[in-house]
Amino acid sequence: MATTPNNTASAQKESKEGFVYLPLIAGWLVPGAGHFLLRKWGRGALLSASIMGMFAIGIAMQGKLYAGAHDILEVLGLAGDLGNGLLYVVSQLLGLGADQVRVTTADYGKVFIVVAGLLNVIAAVDAHNLRTGRKA
Amino acid sequence: MTHFPAVLLFALFASVVFGITQRETPMQMLRYGIYCFALFTGSVVALSWVMFLIAR
Repeated sequence: MATTPNNTASAQKESKEGFVYLPLIAGWLVPGAGHFLLRKWGRGALLSASIMGMFAIGIAMQGKLYAGAHDILEVLGLAGDLGNGLLYVVSQLLGLGADQVRVTTADYGKVFIVVAGLLNVIAAVDAHNLRTGRKA
Repeated sequence: MTHFPAVLLFALFASVVFGITQRETPMQMLRYGIYCFALFTGSVVALSWVMFLIAR
């Protein structure tokens, strides 16, 4: 369908209405939720499955969930973990994840959890870019 | 889970997210996702051989 000036103007107006940070915040709290809000069902489902799958595998491997920030490495790990949003909060409340690395796979599990958080931040920023019209 | 399945799962999930977030159209997303997956797994195999040769 051809894009007319009216369509473009209404699309720009629509993209500027409302709270533009909602997809960013929703996407951070629940992986894929930012894309679901924008009706990008397929992208949202794939992102959700990937990030939640990565987090679940990390937990299953007895990966460590960072709780405190005693040194710079723990601060970085905590920042990565916090990227998981509610997944991190719920896991902490349920007592999932290991406090300390006890088995070899736990080291990989820790990395899975941190990287899942970082990928979730990228996905949430992508939802924000879609919302603002920076990305199609 | 052993090292290699863990690497494959890591590469798969990361490639899906990279593909979707870094490209615009579905075809570009698919191609970039496959490209990232190949780079992840290829570099793992190459680095594994390097470590094997260093350890000998």
